[in-house]
Amino acid sequence: MSDVALIKSLLLTIPLAFLVFRALPAGLALAARLPLALALGWTVALGVTLLVPTGVMSYLASFAIVGSIYAVIALGLNVQWGYTGLFNIGIAAFFAVGAFTSALFTTTAPTGVAAGFTQQAFGLGAPFLVGVLAAGVVAGVLAAVVGGPTLRLRDDYLAIATIGIAELVRLVFQNERWLANGPQPLRGIPQPLVCLVREAGCPWLPAPIMGLFAPLSPRDYTYVYLVITALFVIVTFMVLERAVRSPWGRLLRAVREEEDAAAMNGKDVARIKLQAFVVGAVIMGMGGALYAHYMVAIDYSHFDPLYATFLIWVMLMLGGSGNNRGAILGAFVIWGVWTGAAFAVDALRPALAAISPELPARGPYLRLLLIALLLIFILLFRPKGLIGEERFVSRHSGSREA
Amino acid sequence: MDAMTPPLTTRRRPGERLKGLLGSRWALLTVLALVVAGLWLMASLQGIPGQRVLSLMVRGVMLGGILALGAIGLSLIFGVLRIPNFAHGDMMTSGAYLALLALSFIPLGAPLGPFSFGYEFLVALVIAMPLVGLLGYALDRLVFRRLRNQKSPPVIMAMAALGSAFLIRSLIYVFWGADFVFYYTGRPRPAFELFAGIRVRPDQLFILGLALAMIILVYLLLERTKMGKAMRATADNPELARVTGIDTESVIRWTWLIGGGLAGAGGVMYGLDAQLRPEMGWWLLLPLFAAVILGTIGNAYGALVGALVIGIVWQVSTAFLNPAYGPGVAFMVLILVLLFRPQGIFGKPGGA
Amino acid sequence: MALLTIEGLTTGYGEMEVLRDVSLRVEEGEIVSIIGPNGAGKSTAMKAAFGLLEPWQGSIRLGERTISGLSADKIVRLGMCYVPQTDNVFPSLTVEENLEMGAFILTGPIKERKERVFALFPRLAERRKQRAGKMSGGERQMVAMGRALMLDPKLLLLDEPSAGLAPLLVDMIFERIRDINASGVSVLMVEQNAKKSLELAHHAFVLVNGENRIDGAGQALLADPEVGRLFLGG
Ligand SMILES: Nc1ncnc2c1ncn2[C@@H]1O[C@H](COP(=O)(O)OP(=O)(O)OP(=O)(O)O)[C@@H](O)[C@H]1O
Ligand SMILES: [Mg+2]
Repeated sequence: MSDVALIKSLLLTIPLAFLVFRALPAGLALAARLPLALALGWTVALGVTLLVPTGVMSYLASFAIVGSIYAVIALGLNVQWGYTGLFNIGIAAFFAVGAFTSALFTTTAPTGVAAGFTQQAFGLGAPFLVGVLAAGVVAGVLAAVVGGPTLRLRDDYLAIATIGIAELVRLVFQNERWLANGPQPLRGIPQPLVCLVREAGCPWLPAPIMGLFAPLSPRDYTYVYLVITALFVIVTFMVLERAVRSPWGRLLRAVREEEDAAAMNGKDVARIKLQAFVVGAVIMGMGGALYAHYMVAIDYSHFDPLYATFLIWVMLMLGGSGNNRGAILGAFVIWGVWTGAAFAVDALRPALAAISPELPARGPYLRLLLIALLLIFILLFRPKGLIGEERFVSRHSGSREA
Repeated sequence: MDAMTPPLTTRRRPGERLKGLLGSRWALLTVLALVVAGLWLMASLQGIPGQRVLSLMVRGVMLGGILALGAIGLSLIFGVLRIPNFAHGDMMTSGAYLALLALSFIPLGAPLGPFSFGYEFLVALVIAMPLVGLLGYALDRLVFRRLRNQKSPPVIMAMAALGSAFLIRSLIYVFWGADFVFYYTGRPRPAFELFAGIRVRPDQLFILGLALAMIILVYLLLERTKMGKAMRATADNPELARVTGIDTESVIRWTWLIGGGLAGAGGVMYGLDAQLRPEMGWWLLLPLFAAVILGTIGNAYGALVGALVIGIVWQVSTAFLNPAYGPGVAFMVLILVLLFRPQGIFGKPGGA
Repeated sequence: MALLTIEGLTTGYGEMEVLRDVSLRVEEGEIVSIIGPNGAGKSTAMKAAFGLLEPWQGSIRLGERTISGLSADKIVRLGMCYVPQTDNVFPSLTVEENLEMGAFILTGPIKERKERVFALFPRLAERRKQRAGKMSGGERQMVAMGRALMLDPKLLLLDEPSAGLAPLLVDMIFERIRDINASGVSVLMVEQNAKKSLELAHHAFVLVNGENRIDGAGQALLADPEVGRLFLGG
């Protein structure tokens, strides 16, 4: 067995062990559950790395990275919609603001000749985690600004205002060259921990530990980044699971089920809605940061309402709103459907060409058609999604499907 | 005592009642005047000639006419069905493309007078309008009526509208591709001077005239026909409409047909004025909702006023702002309305 | 034979039970009054009678016919019209248009019916072109009752027709209810104003906490010590 495979499998163990840990019966003592999860996770990881061809494997890893990023954003949406019932159709705004904020924080502003080609408001050269944090903060502030005036009003006003903010954010990043290079992409967004796979190594890591990563080549960076995004999903998931089981989580659901909201005064309801809206947006902003550092170069067109809002809604609705596991599941399933459909359309090219010569080039739009139909079918026939809402309080049972 | 009942009856003098009525009119006029004056001031501060601002205002009225065709239907659907119809912009787009499709079947005629189009364009318009009405009706039959019967919460319906928007758009992408197209390529569209240095294109006057004619038709429908009155009644209070014995399902049907037909006409007009793109309607959605909320949800005449305000503000703002920000300006107006008068110009305080 | 019969009705909103085993009857030609404290479920009983709530148990019959589960426009055709407690006019419609909406299901001319309503409420005739939203509470109540009368119902359901009105207007409204009844329309009404409505009613039901408490002839209840203690401040 090669060293590369061993290291890759060790990296993959992190997300897999978590999955196994969650799957094991909760009754098991931690002392048994944790080692068992690690062992099983590693076994699976090793098996996969050895059996699956390298090319397919790295494709799957990059698939999982994007899936994880979408999972983070879907978790953010779940706080807003799933638990609190806030209808945000401007996810793209928070996604984009997070991505560009982290990019601006972590890149260094070009000087000299390069400044003529790339314009950006600032570039702090800050570390990755600072960028992610800043992304969350800025997205959260934006949410507070939008939510402040609209959350007090009827539900649909929030939806309309969020469409507006998403359009405005898109217009700003498209037209304001000085801010983040206008219509051109903002490039050179640093990849965190990329030194692990570089020849030169990470200066801050002790040599023996660095030695462990020596067999990895820059091509294998995908696995490193997969671990980073997976950790983000895991941490977000665990924090949210705690939060929704806390008294605060109960308040969110009470706001959603309006009959209980009657018992609270209007000010409290508006405050709790704002909290949920901001928390969700912070998570979406951090998801945007993860996206930026994966893509390395971003521009406004990445945050089209289709990819950056609609797809995420379908993910949450499919997985099951009001259920964090559902949000993650939905993200991966829909991302799978979306990428899978690309293969299907490719395979259908000859048939499509026979219908009309222009059709094969429009294949991607067939995917959009499929996803839009899927959403409508979910709403009509399975509004609770694949898993359905987790029930903490029996009182509310059935009231959503009724 | 029940808090919901109206306050104790006291005899109000006719003068007071008149004042109440005028109050709302004056409030509206003041808002309009202030906005226009503010824009004019900003333009003149930047040294933009008054003539150009006037021209932009005329264009704004025309754009407002187009927006009104969408906003009236959107407002009626919002009022009658309580759904923010996020598919409305894309219904407008579908109207524009259906007219394009119809044009491909009709032999091309010579341009009519000063306009850039011939008789065939009018035929295409007349074909596209009812088709979009039917599209709205089909959406209702296939999606919204089922959701109503399942007693789905309103947000689920709103989400279904969002899904429908993307569904319509994806069909347009598949059939026509993502590039922009024109109804007529290579025809000169010269502008001429209307008066006082205001320049417009004949097509724009046609658009304005047509929008006006349709708005008058809508007015007659809403004021003079039983179905129109029932539509207003249902928009006022759907629950009461049901217990009164109004056949709300047929009201809903007509609302989709009429709202869709108007949206179709608006889309065709918009396509004639600029060009056809699959996203054109989605970009109009925000100005449309701004117009509807500004003019009070469910109030068709309010939607007209709101659309004119948004159209003028949008156009005049291009004098000193990147024109791409037009929808952004509409959004700013919307936020102002939400902050200070969320029930809109014609709404009662508290009852948004 | 009774016009409206509610037997053993249990129902509520969502999962919350509001009415338990409630029975009511309205005989042809009668004015029947439901009285009870706030939140007793009076409006709920009315809504259920008009088919707006599904009965969980029990039955609701208009004449011979079971009407539970029928849609409102069908019930209206059967000759039962309903005036809700609040929001009972179309504010942006004129008085005349409000009345026309009351006759939506009719296809023929309705001028004569309108004139009959105007004769009952001359005040409305003066203001026929005015928007209902701009009228006083008493005028609105007249519009709402007028609209319900447009179909010439056999049975009229009125939910607190006098709520929030000045004393003079309360008397006027009760006067009109008597007139309406005299013209052959049976009336089922909910009232806060227990004394006045008992004086008017042929029969009355007292609802407390979602259950039948007492029932009897209006005059008899006026004399009933418990009713006196509960509602008449005696
Ligand atoms: N739409 C509704 N959804 C949920 N609960 C309701 C609804 N309408 C009424 N209720 C509840 O049902 C109970 C009975 O209400 P109802 O309106 O029937 O009382 P009521 O006797 O008419 O009172 P009032 O004299 O104040 O009009 C109350 O506890 C009320 O809170
Ligand atoms: Mg009541």
